[in-house]
Amino acid sequence: MDLHEHSALEIREGIARGKFTAQEVCERVFARIRDWDPKFRIFLASDEEGAHSAATEVDRKLAAGEPVGLLAGIPLALKDNLCTSGFPTTCASRILEGWRPPYNATVVERVKAAGAVLVGKVNMDEFAMGSSCENSAFFPTRNPWNPECVVGGSSGGSAAAVAADLVPLALGSDTGGSIRQPAAFCGVTGLKPTYGRVSRFGLVAFASSLDQIGPLARSVEDAALLLSVIAGHDQQDATSTDLPVPDYLLRLREGVKGLKIGLPREFISAGIQPEIKAALETAQKVFADAGADLIEVALPHSEYCLAAYYLAATAEASSNLARYDGVQYGLRVSGDNLLEMYGATRAAGFGSEVKRRIMLGTYALSAGYYEAYYKKALQVRTLIQRDFEQAMTKCDLILTPTSPTTAFRLGEKMEDPLTMYLSDVFTISANLAGLPGISIPCGYSLEGLPIGLQLIGRAYDEETMLRTAYAYQSRTDWHKQRPAMEETK
Amino acid sequence: MDQDYEIVIGLEVHVELATDSKIFCPCPTAFGAPPNTQVCPVCLGLPGTLPVLNRQVLVLAIRAALALEATPAEHTKFDRKNYFYPDLPKAYQISQFDQPLALRGIIEITTPAGPKRIRITRVHMEEDAGKLLHPGADGRLGTAGSSLVDYNRTGVPLIEIVSEPDLRSADEAYAYLIALKEILQYAGVSDCNMEEGSLRCDANISVRLRGDQVLGTKAELKNMNSFKHIRSAIEYEARRQIRVLQEGGQVVQESRLWDEEKGVSYPMRSKEEAHDYRYFPEPDLPVITISAEMCEAISQSLPELPQARRQRFRQKYTLNEYNAGVLTSSRELADFFESMVDCQAPAQAACNWLTVELLGKLNAEGRRITQSPVGPEHLAELVRMIESGKISGKIGKQVFAEMYQSGRTPEDIVAKQGLSQISDPGVLEKVVDEVLAAHPGPIAEYRNGKTQTMGFLVGRVMQASQGKANPKLVNQILKERLDR
Repeated sequence: MDLHEHSALEIREGIARGKFTAQEVCERVFARIRDWDPKFRIFLASDEEGAHSAATEVDRKLAAGEPVGLLAGIPLALKDNLCTSGFPTTCASRILEGWRPPYNATVVERVKAAGAVLVGKVNMDEFAMGSSCENSAFFPTRNPWNPECVVGGSSGGSAAAVAADLVPLALGSDTGGSIRQPAAFCGVTGLKPTYGRVSRFGLVAFASSLDQIGPLARSVEDAALLLSVIAGHDQQDATSTDLPVPDYLLRLREGVKGLKIGLPREFISAGIQPEIKAALETAQKVFADAGADLIEVALPHSEYCLAAYYLAATAEASSNLARYDGVQYGLRVSGDNLLEMYGATRAAGFGSEVKRRIMLGTYALSAGYYEAYYKKALQVRTLIQRDFEQAMTKCDLILTPTSPTTAFRLGEKMEDPLTMYLSDVFTISANLAGLPGISIPCGYSLEGLPIGLQLIGRAYDEETMLRTAYAYQSRTDWHKQRPAMEETK
Repeated sequence: MDQDYEIVIGLEVHVELATDSKIFCPCPTAFGAPPNTQVCPVCLGLPGTLPVLNRQVLVLAIRAALALEATPAEHTKFDRKNYFYPDLPKAYQISQFDQPLALRGIIEITTPAGPKRIRITRVHMEEDAGKLLHPGADGRLGTAGSSLVDYNRTGVPLIEIVSEPDLRSADEAYAYLIALKEILQYAGVSDCNMEEGSLRCDANISVRLRGDQVLGTKAELKNMNSFKHIRSAIEYEARRQIRVLQEGGQVVQESRLWDEEKGVSYPMRSKEEAHDYRYFPEPDLPVITISAEMCEAISQSLPELPQARRQRFRQKYTLNEYNAGVLTSSRELADFFESMVDCQAPAQAACNWLTVELLGKLNAEGRRITQSPVGPEHLAELVRMIESGKISGKIGKQVFAEMYQSGRTPEDIVAKQGLSQISDPGVLEKVVDEVLAAHPGPIAEYRNGKTQTMGFLVGRVMQASQGKANPKLVNQILKERLDR
């Protein structure tokens, strides 16, 4: 097996046993970035120097017999909305171009401490707003399975970096499906933890009550490994929960016998691509063969998810993004007075989707509209949470497609934001309910584009969700397939 | 006539809490540090940072609420108040909107008509904004060539205390502020230092014809930071509104600023006040649950508050209302007084020496009671020496001046300077006889019925004894001799 095809766990093992060094792994990563990044445009900034010294340090420690962390020597890519001390963090926005945070996000601190080799920052939709990575202010990323297709979003760069075998692990963030949908589009595994499971400190906020950082990897095992490192309480995030974090690798192999998997009847809608419907039906059989019971459940308020989400998320975003005013950091466009400076800076600094959402959110919170929009959205959110609580009394997990379609063509949906928003119709509910969700590959379309299935678990029970996803991957090899990138080079 | 109108005032007071660190980050809150030296990524609102509530803020805010007899909420939450201004780095202020910390309090104030209870609507927590430096020529940011921002104040913890429109005059507003300040200082919640901006006030003012049930249209006077200014601003604003109505006009609902130098209020530009704050729940901070146990513990730790202490001083020490008021105007002063009493100084004399002599001296020098060079034990000792007749009152003042200057004990001063009062009749008789021998004229006048000469002769005796003679005895002996 080629070095870059190793899983994260295999790399750690190989380095620890002296089969290869962390530096060799690191060099291979940058060789591949040089080969492939010009074509797929995944990285916004790579950090060869930093990665090299981190790898050297791992090798030195191992040679000296010193202990190393859980991620020792494993290359890892970061979504560009995770703050990296002294290293540019742009959120793929002009307004933050050149800004270097004076601190690391908590997750960045944790993966560094565990010995990960941070390779660089990858592309995303501007401020995590989008489902295709086309809203990046700098360039769209292309799908390793088909460069004419989008990678999904907003964590498109993270998914593509893993899919293209540039890195075995990446971190993304998920507000309405931003980890799971690009994972599905790129044929990788992507996990959104329970809200509160992972510290948001240092994640540049889009919608604070929905945002959650999570791992993208080629397998459930690798995702579990990375989650073990990043999960847990953080004093700097009052919304992070003070619950013990299990070793997520420990109980992966316990199987799914007796587990009940719910199929929400509301999600079997006409809007799903037929190949995805078929792939899901096949997947149900796999779970049944593994010993799980599949039952039908009801999530009666599902049809309101999208509307509630686009009010709640944009309302918070309008407030979170108000700080980009040109006063303290980032882009400033001068004006004759303060108001002009504000206007000119924000007009030049934000892309059209970000502006659209700020306007929408501002409207939803405005006097006279608050009750009808924002408040109503919160009420609907409560109903959706109750739907899941009800359903979860009958089942342990919920199974849905991750996205109603496979990756679409670049430019195909850019003129129609509402169609684009539908891309997240199956993933949004987990954010509204605060529940963990995972997307794993479950087939390919006739065109050869990956299809993902989603499992949604109980709050703080990532363990059962991972165990179920692992059971699926141990019976299928969809996740082991790789894009034929050479053919399109 | 002005008398036909009734003035209606409600106050919103912002008070800085006496914490060491800011409300959502560990930065210090000390006043007067060089600009932008007490900041961190959190209070600068840098992308990705999150607020974490300083527990001490919650404790002090509950303390304040309980001291104001308000009821803390079982569940309270923070909200975001959204507006753009360069001193507000996140472009929203973390404040509290529809679930404030506490509701329904009371402050009792003293008015010429007797005590009056002013209702408090709510008490809530929030963060302070920064400070703009070098604004433009007309004092407004919009037209400045360039401006600088000092973020040291950003994130300093505040509570806002909102009153019901129960105040009926500028004097009542003034009395309310004094009472509020006393309570908060007693409770140890805030130093209420106006010079350092620890207490700021907005006033909602309207006028109506006496007997009207409906409130008039109000104007809001913003951001005043001196009690005296507030009083004159309210007086001005009420007169202005009455004049508008008398001239057949209508009061415009608006925010106004007070110009102390010119003695006028003027409207803020509409752009500066046309805010839709778009409040919504702060998603970065969980809802806070305040337990009955926590309230009980805080309540237990509250000291005796000014109103109760005033009452007790009047009863226990039989002081008049004025003196009880002066002595309890600050916790430190009341403590000083009670320490004197504990050192066996009689209450009334202790009150006189403390309020007239010591406070007179301290006030003249702009010092506070906590900075007094004379401690309560020594002042009590001085009072005891006078009361027991060891020294005269006159000598007492001399000793006090020396104590204030040198910090020495009264006993020491009296002993070293031989100032003890002469109460030995044998010694005094000798002095009296000498004085009488030297002044035959006044003796004759006295005996001819001009009894005022007695005073002259007492003065001479006191002079001859360098003020040390016991005046009571001197009078007695003189009278005996003259009436013989």
